[in-house]
Amino acid sequence: MRRRNILKLIVLVLAVAAAVALSIPKLSNPTSGIPLGLDLRGGVHLVLQAQPGANGKPITKDDMDKAKAIIAKRVNELGVSEPVVQADYQKDRIIVDLAGIKDPNKAVEVLKTTAQLTIRDPKGKILMQGDQIKDARANQDPQYGYVVSLTFTPAGGQEFAAITKEYLQQRIGIYLDNRLLTDPKVDSVISNGQAVITGYSTLQDAANDAVLMRSGALPVSMTIAEKQQVGASLGVDSLHRSISAGIYGLAFIFLFMLVFYRLPGVVADFSLIVYALIVLWVLWLFHAVLTLEGIAGFILSIGMAVDFNIIIYERVKEEIRLGKSLRAAVESGFSRAFITVIDAHVTTLITAVTLYVLGTGTIQGFALTLGIGILASLFTAITFTRTILRWVVGINPQTNTRWYGVRREA
Amino acid sequence: MGRKDVDRRKGKVDPSNGAGEGNGPEARNDLKETGGRPEVSAVSVEITKGGQPGQTDASKVQAGPKGRSQGNGSPIPAAQGASYAQVQKMHPLYFNIVKKRYIWFALSLLVIIPGVISLFTQGLNLGIDFQGGTMLDVIFNKPTTQGAITRTMSSVGLSGSVQLSNGSKEVLIRTQALDEQTRNKLMTALQSKVGAYDSGKLQEEKVSPEIGKELTQNALLALGIAMGLMLLYITIRFQFSYAISGIIALVHDVLVTLGVFSLFHWQIDATFVAAILTIFGYSINDTVVIFDRIRENEAKMRRGDSYEDMVDKSVWQTMRRSINTVVTVLIALFSVYILGGASTKVFALAMLIGVFSGAYSSIFNASQILVEIKTRLSDSPKGKPSRARA
Repeated sequence: MRRRNILKLIVLVLAVAAAVALSIPKLSNPTSGIPLGLDLRGGVHLVLQAQPGANGKPITKDDMDKAKAIIAKRVNELGVSEPVVQADYQKDRIIVDLAGIKDPNKAVEVLKTTAQLTIRDPKGKILMQGDQIKDARANQDPQYGYVVSLTFTPAGGQEFAAITKEYLQQRIGIYLDNRLLTDPKVDSVISNGQAVITGYSTLQDAANDAVLMRSGALPVSMTIAEKQQVGASLGVDSLHRSISAGIYGLAFIFLFMLVFYRLPGVVADFSLIVYALIVLWVLWLFHAVLTLEGIAGFILSIGMAVDFNIIIYERVKEEIRLGKSLRAAVESGFSRAFITVIDAHVTTLITAVTLYVLGTGTIQGFALTLGIGILASLFTAITFTRTILRWVVGINPQTNTRWYGVRREA
Repeated sequence: MGRKDVDRRKGKVDPSNGAGEGNGPEARNDLKETGGRPEVSAVSVEITKGGQPGQTDASKVQAGPKGRSQGNGSPIPAAQGASYAQVQKMHPLYFNIVKKRYIWFALSLLVIIPGVISLFTQGLNLGIDFQGGTMLDVIFNKPTTQGAITRTMSSVGLSGSVQLSNGSKEVLIRTQALDEQTRNKLMTALQSKVGAYDSGKLQEEKVSPEIGKELTQNALLALGIAMGLMLLYITIRFQFSYAISGIIALVHDVLVTLGVFSLFHWQIDATFVAAILTIFGYSINDTVVIFDRIRENEAKMRRGDSYEDMVDKSVWQTMRRSINTVVTVLIALFSVYILGGASTKVFALAMLIGVFSGAYSSIFNASQILVEIKTRLSDSPKGKPSRARA
């Protein structure tokens, strides 16, 4: 039994060491690891608020979709690896997160300008403005496949008739700002204000262009309601500082547990490593973006995770003092402390959930790490710590209780 | 004292003291409480005395505590737990925490009253997250002066607070919410009039007044909901009197944190809300562990036992845990405060104050308020309060 326990412990320690060694490069990989927030690698966070027009027309969901499509298109041109563009339909907002962008100033500049749809001649000279397009829809045509059907305003129809006459059999370009969306060849003079652009390979392609063509300019004017901009090197600084805060915090907690709880302290420290691994992998699984606040929540949760061990160990110590054997003390300590642990930590969990539901952005990141941290520490304490402590006690049940931090006074 | 826990199978492990048994002899040594180096002869004597080696060892393990409890007069059955006298003796710094409760209440009020007055008179120093505005953190290549920045700002028609740090190179500007045009004008003016700055270290935050208002509303809503849920949870798991005591301690911690921030006029941001809510959860967590012990001891109370003494005993039984837990959390917070990034400073500071206050109120206030409630409500079902107190 003793030999088996020693063997099991050795295997476990090796397994955890291997897990740590394998996890660190995987989780910290810049592309496939835990994504870092813009405060840790520089970037821009923008909340664009749609403003109702001067005529008091309410903002529709379609308006927001158009605006989002246009902004997403521009964001993609900025060449950011994982841009986030979300629409908040209730509050008429568009949220843009550009982490890791090189030139945040330029990005803001590009995003805030109102998009201009133009029709241009082969040399790029502007022939007409996109606001003359009344509607643009993606269709499937039995003859031409996937197409975009354009409907012009009456004035636009006349203008377009003139253009198609002049540029017959040439290519005219449809531009969004300065980017070419498509350059169809004019097959015939179109005078009825109804044009069809052919040659799309999928309906999705046609729909993407259609939304941009019918939107023309941003359908609503947007103001920047919230902006957070962090320079790249500042982000790196913050990341390094956070990591060193984490390492020092962890080291001192390790030391503290070791001094006060001796052998179980070692078990607690070991469990903490497993705990940290679980939290990081769960974050990775959720694609949670790690922010400064998230790291602070993580470090705090390490401090709190030890609490499970402290409650249990203090209980075990009490049981030892009452004269129980080590084995019995560990067993009853765990089962008695369990209720306490649950009651105590449900309250913190309530906080984390409330924050997550009602909070925004950075606060949510904090709430997520805190909540995952509590659940993970509960899991580690009742499975991992308990098992290891059993094995350790199983190796030598007659171990001096001094190894368990029970001091004898004269 | 029962030997029921002795595991004989494991007990007969090694009469010969096999591999890696530094612990073995030392354990026995400790049993004898001689304090010297282990003696092989002593071990063998012990083994021959007992029928089974395991049993011998186990019974001797109990020797220490047994001896102590006898010293206190009466050996206690294990099921009853440690006696009040035992608990008192275990803590070198023991004093009656419950009897002195009015001192603790006064101490709390000494911090809270000025804080609350300050909250009402000067309020909190709300950052741009709440009020809306633009904050720019610029690091110039050369040291600059307050005047240079203020003049540059007024040249583009702006005013606001300017803070210099980092050898007068780093400038923190807070002003109204700027649109992009004004913002760019300001940045160009700073570049041309004050000097070049490091764009890689530029940090900027803009919050419109509407979003600021939303944050404030959400924060208040979250506080209300969290408080309601906790009251509910503790009432279900304990009793209403526990819940009230816990919530009073909670309000105490929030008031202390808010009060200190108001008194010192420290600026708060969005993370402060997260801190207050975490203090909420954490402070009650601390209290619940003590309450859990009171609940356990209350069930074991016999007629004539003093409620005050029972609570005092419970507080001391959980004292080590209360202190150690707070120490680990404070270690974590100190490292975030000292080493962490700038945007988590306010958070860490608020948490440090809140956690410290939470530890204080859990040990010195919550259970004492419970005693007040219980001793005043004589018809409490289980409390059997001591009527000795007037």
